[in-house]
Amino acid sequence: MNTLMVDARAVRKVYGSHEVLKSVDLEVHRGEVVSFLGASGSGKSTFLRCINHLERIDGGEISVNGQLVGYRRANGKKYELHRSQIALARRDVGMVFQRFNLFPHMTALENVMEAPVSVQHRSRAEVRAEAEALLERVGLADRQDHYPSMLSGGQQQRVAIARALAMKPALMLFDEPTSALDPELVGEVLDVMKSLAAEGMTMIVVTHEIGFAREVCDRVVFMDDGVIVEEGTPAEVFERPQHARTQSFLSKVL
Amino acid sequence: MATGHAEEPVVRLRHPWRWVAVAVIGVYAAVLVKFLVTNDALRWDLVSGYLFEESILRGIVTTLEVTVVAMVLGVVLGTVLAVMRLSENPVLRWTAGIYVWFFRGTPILVQLLGWYFLASVLPEISIGVPFGPDLATWSTNTVITQFMAAILGLGLNEAAYMAEIVRAGIGGVDKGQSEAAEALGMSPVVAYRRIILPQASRLIIPPTANETITMLKQSSLVVVLGMLDLLGTAQAIYSRNFQQIPLLLVASIWYLAMTTVLTYGQARLERRMSRGTPGVAVRTRKSTIVRGGAR
Repeated sequence: MNTLMVDARAVRKVYGSHEVLKSVDLEVHRGEVVSFLGASGSGKSTFLRCINHLERIDGGEISVNGQLVGYRRANGKKYELHRSQIALARRDVGMVFQRFNLFPHMTALENVMEAPVSVQHRSRAEVRAEAEALLERVGLADRQDHYPSMLSGGQQQRVAIARALAMKPALMLFDEPTSALDPELVGEVLDVMKSLAAEGMTMIVVTHEIGFAREVCDRVVFMDDGVIVEEGTPAEVFERPQHARTQSFLSKVL
Repeated sequence: MATGHAEEPVVRLRHPWRWVAVAVIGVYAAVLVKFLVTNDALRWDLVSGYLFEESILRGIVTTLEVTVVAMVLGVVLGTVLAVMRLSENPVLRWTAGIYVWFFRGTPILVQLLGWYFLASVLPEISIGVPFGPDLATWSTNTVITQFMAAILGLGLNEAAYMAEIVRAGIGGVDKGQSEAAEALGMSPVVAYRRIILPQASRLIIPPTANETITMLKQSSLVVVLGMLDLLGTAQAIYSRNFQQIPLLLVASIWYLAMTTVLTYGQARLERRMSRGTPGVAVRTRKSTIVRGGAR
């Protein structure tokens, strides 16, 4: 049985002449919670976006749930997929953005219902019941008819998590989910993420929240200048960092 | 004593220049009113007599028909052109770019006359295999009526402007929106229809309403084709009775009435469109007025 959820090999990404990712290898197993740490510009967000093909990689390959991302393998070649085929593959991967990116012309409930209805063509009544349950789960049952502009940042991000979960993803990607929040709102979002981790969701989290990484994650990956410098359990990375660059980063944030 | 000062009366700032402005403008307004009321050459009796005259009312219907049909053509074709310009296909991008370049770069009067006189260079219009056999053929003169030339001239020109408006509207939607839609597994078509266009329409509708108001007035250019729209009818009447200004006043009163109704409708539409984004309606209305003035 294949327990590998994400299998990235020698992933490269170049913007112009700047190599953002230099041969990144990563394996994430089913049910694992992995956090990515590193200074801004280290390539961690770019790598996350490559996993669901929001960025096209310039070298190497990524498989999610046993399926090659962005390509189809045949006759010893990789054929680029059409955008609608890529969309099909993305249904298994939920993504939460730093800036929430809720749809401003829809209420919280409509945001959560949108993809199951318009992508999976499921019945509205059935989806509505599920969406209400999801909003209740993130503590926003009483806000379902509010538009995003009427919600606080923390509430918007929780709606965004519910929206991603509505597609019943096998993998959740979090791109600095608390970086755009006022400090007092960070906790409510992290609490939702913790409960998600406790239920066994496979998660990759790019974050600056050291406390969350230490407490919740199975594995911490430290990136610097486009490469993975060090990875291990939170205890290993935080208590006994091996690399000078990890040590210097941790000394600034801890 | 401090308490004594605290109770002293306040003298508000005076604005003497406002009173000067009132006086100056008041004098000029009085002169204008005297001219309008006492000048017999204005023939207000004729103005009121012709205001609801049957041929004038028929002219209004023609003006509205031309405006509506040309606007529909402009919006539909403009949207197609905008999507082409935003396409990843360079051939489509270029084709749309050249269209906009040509139709914005030549005077609308030239375009109107060009369509009207098309028959002189293309006597027959046919559908068939290019460079091959024809399936159906019509005489250009029967296809390009006055009305058709008016619609083609105004509508194809409008499409070039609408293409830019729609493109700006789509470009004005935050990039995070299409990323979020993609990340949820939406195909490009679904993302456009459900996420991008509804948000872009909020940016597109105010300038489009503005274009409609412009089109209503611009449609009077069809008089060069000899069409009897509102202005054309007024012209036809004053060519007989030589009462130019009274009939131009009749036309102006109707144009003003119609643009006033449209402007009111535009303001209401904008308020409805601003669902979920408080404050947007007020901002866009101001910017539309500025844009309207520049055009």
